[in-house]
Amino acid sequence: MKEKPDVLQGTLALMVLKTLDVLGPQHGWGIARRIEQISGDLLAVNQGTLYPLLLKLEHEGSIASEWGASKNNRRARFYRLTGAGRKQLQAETREWEQTAAIIARFFNVKAEDLP
Amino acid sequence: MRFLRRFLIRLSNFVTRRSADQRLREEIAEHLAFQTEENLRAGMSPTEARRQAVLKLGAAEAIRQDHHAEQSLPLVENLLFDLKYAVRMLGRSPGFAFVAIATIALGIGATTAIYSVLDATLLHPLPYPNPAELIRIQDDLPGVGAQGVGISIPELRDLQSSGIFQSTSITGTGANVNLTGGEQPLRLSFKQVTPNYFAVLGVDAQLGRTFDPHDATPGYNLEVVISDGLWRREFAADPHILGKTLRLDNDAYQVVGVMPRAFRDQGSTSEEQNVELWLGAGFAGLPFPPPLRGSRLGSRVVVARLKPGLSIAAAQAHLDALVESLKKQYPEEYPAHTAWTVRLIPLSESVVGSIRQSLILLFGAVGLVLLISCVNVANLLLARASARGREIAVRQALGAERTRLIRQLLTESLLLFLLGGIAGFAILFSARKFLLQLVPESLPHLNNISISWGVLAFALAVSVVAGTVFGLAPAWLMSRVDLIGTLKQEGRGSNGSRERSRARQILVIGELALSLVLMVSAGLLLRSFWDLYKLQPGFNPERVMAVQTWLPGPNDPAADIYRTATEEAVLLREILRRSRTLPGVEEAAVGDRTALPLGHSHPSPLPLVREGIETMDNQAPQIDSPIVSPEYFHLLAMPLLRGRLFNDQDLEVTPQVAIINQAAARTYWPGQDPLGKRVRLSLTSRDVSSSGPLPWTTIIGVIADARTESLADSGIPQLYRSVYQRPAKSLAIFLRGQLDPRAVSAQMREQVQTVDPELPVFQAETLDDVLSSSLSVRRFSMEMVAFFAATALLLAGLGIYGTISYLVNEQRREIAIRLALGAQRGNILKMVLRRGLGLAAAGAALGVAGALIVSHLMAGLLFGVSPTDLPTFAGVTVVLTAVALAASYIPALRAMRLDPITALHSE
Repeated sequence: MKEKPDVLQGTLALMVLKTLDVLGPQHGWGIARRIEQISGDLLAVNQGTLYPLLLKLEHEGSIASEWGASKNNRRARFYRLTGAGRKQLQAETREWEQTAAIIARFFNVKAEDLP
Repeated sequence: MRFLRRFLIRLSNFVTRRSADQRLREEIAEHLAFQTEENLRAGMSPTEARRQAVLKLGAAEAIRQDHHAEQSLPLVENLLFDLKYAVRMLGRSPGFAFVAIATIALGIGATTAIYSVLDATLLHPLPYPNPAELIRIQDDLPGVGAQGVGISIPELRDLQSSGIFQSTSITGTGANVNLTGGEQPLRLSFKQVTPNYFAVLGVDAQLGRTFDPHDATPGYNLEVVISDGLWRREFAADPHILGKTLRLDNDAYQVVGVMPRAFRDQGSTSEEQNVELWLGAGFAGLPFPPPLRGSRLGSRVVVARLKPGLSIAAAQAHLDALVESLKKQYPEEYPAHTAWTVRLIPLSESVVGSIRQSLILLFGAVGLVLLISCVNVANLLLARASARGREIAVRQALGAERTRLIRQLLTESLLLFLLGGIAGFAILFSARKFLLQLVPESLPHLNNISISWGVLAFALAVSVVAGTVFGLAPAWLMSRVDLIGTLKQEGRGSNGSRERSRARQILVIGELALSLVLMVSAGLLLRSFWDLYKLQPGFNPERVMAVQTWLPGPNDPAADIYRTATEEAVLLREILRRSRTLPGVEEAAVGDRTALPLGHSHPSPLPLVREGIETMDNQAPQIDSPIVSPEYFHLLAMPLLRGRLFNDQDLEVTPQVAIINQAAARTYWPGQDPLGKRVRLSLTSRDVSSSGPLPWTTIIGVIADARTESLADSGIPQLYRSVYQRPAKSLAIFLRGQLDPRAVSAQMREQVQTVDPELPVFQAETLDDVLSSSLSVRRFSMEMVAFFAATALLLAGLGIYGTISYLVNEQRREIAIRLALGAQRGNILKMVLRRGLGLAAAGAALGVAGALIVSHLMAGLLFGVSPTDLPTFAGVTVVLTAVALAASYIPALRAMRLDPITALHSE
């Protein structure tokens, strides 16, 4: 089995953090559905890969989890962003925007712009 | 940081074995329920909704594995699994496990034992802070072939102000002193030291203080620091000891401090390390010679501490420059042809002394034994490969990766080696008391030898390294199984073993070569020892005992009741008269400590100034000068060759006379008649005490050379003087006759103390014992190397037996067919024996080459036998070949008796 490239892992983590930041505490399926909704069919991720990632984030201290009840009274594990997670999200967002900006600049360069 | 946190949580999960599996399963179930509900809402049928939900989730097993990997530490888990498996595998072949572990235990146990000696002597010789800064300073006059001539006080002051050293001290080399006032007069070892001595070593007193460098006096300052041992033994650890007065050689010294229990003085002999009293002295005023540049303090040692961060080489360069400028400044004192130099020697080196080479030899020998035992185990592992070929092939067929297999096999061999190492260490630890008794007492730092944590770490490290190195090759070869071939051969071992069998043969050849090297070393040492042991020493030690005493030498010569030879002669004649009345005594003589054959570790040579031969100051040769009574030569059966011996008419008032040995005659009067020649054993021509001119001493006799200084060297010049002309403080009373060694000490004490109750009597020993203990280090290393060589031979024999059995087993089919076709059984026997002989020949050829190198390296330890001694080499090769043949004979017999029908049927 090939491991997923790090970029994807990193982005997925960022998506999870952002989702929790926007929506507040969510259970696994909620996070998965939200990511799916936003990215549409462009990002075809097996929903299952989310769980090892959630565990990793929890080990790193970015998120915390506890059992709770869902809207329709199902028992589910709810994940929420911790203070450290929020800080991490901010830092990674900044980094991501920087990277994206640099890449964008490269794409916008035309042959005649070069000296 | 985050990574660390993750790792710690995983580690704690692993240790507490908390499983998140349950949690994941519940979560996935919830997830599926949510998704199914959603799908139902989208209008799917219940079955379809469920199916789509599972599809969307992905492969549950892969998720679980990922999750588990995130949860725990897979590497460690694998390792634990491998370990469990390895333990099971070893348990399944207990015979193999036992032999392998015992072999490794032998190798590692022996290596660790020698390492513990090395650790205490070579590696940690100095129990002082920052030992690397401590050095000994030695003055040499290479121009006249004189070494260690001693420093003079003005030179010491130059060194102190040179900026090279933090501090510089002078110390004696350990001498006798009488402590009186107790129940029995005690002879103790003391050192005179400059007051900064302890500051140089960097050790402070546990009680009171050491000497204060500021109250340095030119002579003695009448303060004494005592050892913890003496304090407990003689003074019952009296806390009020400070300020008490000790009577040492009739002088009153005030106790100012007690050294800590762990403190041991530096020095290369056990005597020096057992110093129990330290007296402060300046070495610059009476009773020492006046501090002139020319008066060197012969038998003193200069110990100094370098400025921090200064390397010895850099310090030596500074010192050389200083010496050059001093030579220019005082050309009179340092004539160019004496080539005065000052050398810095690391203190650790000078403390270990001559034992170094023997220890390195032992470590080399035990290293070879370790190597051989490892090779043997590697060989066993390879032998097992054929039995396990199928198992490995099956695992590979089921998809085990090769690296994974190697890791598994390596875990097994590591476990084996670690168990062996631990067993070896445990045996060593429980036998340490017994083993320490085998170590000769003359070994420096004997008391520091211990089986410590460092030694345990060494044993474990050796096990791991050996396990990896010698486990890797068999693992590599084992994992290279020809899958299909092995699996096709139902029930038989593996083929593709040609490579392994070649590897095994190479290993056996290596083993044989290594054991030949060891056996040659042992053989050469044995011959050296035997030659020394059988040697005619030139004197007759049989039925002779020596008992020692010490006459006090107070600081004020006027207070010395044995100041002159005439005064001392009264005492000595009375002691000798009384000794002759003891039961069994036939002859008695007396001499100083230098006259005790082979029994003194500090020859203190004197400068020899010959009349008529121009001798500038401090360039005279040095000569040992024992002081003896006239009966000495007859008692020890040392024959007179020319002239006459001392007689009772040679007294202090008659002209001074001396007897030399042949070596002295040869060396100092080549081609001349030494009789009647006159010498002086002092550089100054004036007597320090009476300030009259020093009289010349006339040579009156020449005796045959005897090995009294060293058994290995007969040609050391000696010049004997009469005790009735020249007083001596350190005395040995020699008795010949039918003596009871246990009773002599008490009998002599009674007789001596009837004459003077203040004299101690100690160290009664037979000359045979002295002789044999002078060989103790040689005997020790010879016995150890011989033991190691025997072990190596045994292991090599086992190795060749195993390999030949294996080869015979491999060739069962071939042999059976040959037999079935009518081959002679004798030919089969010859064929197998030829294999064994081939291995032995290859091993012997390699081994002889190795032994030639090793024997030249150890030439310094040999005596009377050349490093290329043909009989030793030939004998050892014959023994090795015989053992190889004997070891191959059993499998050869088995091959010869093979029943072709059963053998071919069983295939």
